[in-house]
Amino acid sequence: MNSAIPNCRAILCKVTDLGVVRYHEAYQIQKKALTKATTKASCELFLCEHFSVVTLGRLADEKNILVDPKEIAEKGIEILKIDRGGDVTFHAPGQLVAYPIFPLDNFGKDLKLFIFKLEQVIIDLLGYFGILSSRLKGHTGVWVGHKKIASIGVGVQKWVSFHGLALNVSTRLEDFSIIKPCGLDVEMTSMNNETETQVEMQDVKKQLILSFKNVFNLEILS
Amino acid sequence: MIKINVPFLGEGIEDVTVSTWYFKEGDSVSSGQDVVEVVADKAIFNIESEKMGILKKIVVPEGKAAKIGETLAVIE
Repeated sequence: MNSAIPNCRAILCKVTDLGVVRYHEAYQIQKKALTKATTKASCELFLCEHFSVVTLGRLADEKNILVDPKEIAEKGIEILKIDRGGDVTFHAPGQLVAYPIFPLDNFGKDLKLFIFKLEQVIIDLLGYFGILSSRLKGHTGVWVGHKKIASIGVGVQKWVSFHGLALNVSTRLEDFSIIKPCGLDVEMTSMNNETETQVEMQDVKKQLILSFKNVFNLEILS
Repeated sequence: MIKINVPFLGEGIEDVTVSTWYFKEGDSVSSGQDVVEVVADKAIFNIESEKMGILKKIVVPEGKAAKIGETLAVIE
């Protein structure tokens, strides 16, 4: 796929680390930035971790939640239906989530190209940590062999993106057993699992920003 | 009369699924207002009305697929 950048000048992008936040709180922040971006063509990137939550994308099959929702609720885990592509996914501390609020006019105005670039951001980042990853034909996301390490699901309004990617850094993999991730019979993995070390979230965040900068030709404002 | 068609969304995207109609037939819509949401691969995409008017007819209902360029609705 052609990933050439139509606009050669670097795009200014403000990066904000939200820390560990509830899903809904981060969603409100995204929506506010989205409204701003649709009128001022501003570019923002939010990084965060979420308290445990199961989210269902549009057209998701609720059968892909494998445990009784009451049981999930008793564990303090919310189940939310949200406006992104993709099926069911699970977020929890230890998973780095990135929400690029990008006017896609600046990045080719092509949904597939945008998702391709998000995958590239993760592949480059994982390479830095010595993890060889790739795309898997027909299955959006990033994979280490046949194990999934990162998921992608986006929304686009007036050609501005929201939602984004989730990368398992030190996520407890057994927690994924409550869902069928993305509706697939797939094994999940994490950076800790692949490197057999404790990867520092702050190091991953720094590298993720650098990877976004390189892939999307951004000038980062912190 | 204007038609709301599925726009070009990217190389290799040939069809979409209509996920949400934000209005029903007979409702008035404003220029630039999102009228319908479609799903393409792992993305949802909101399609807006280019002009104000009345949503006369929904051609493709929720849950159904449509090709790029296909008419989803008519606004008068």
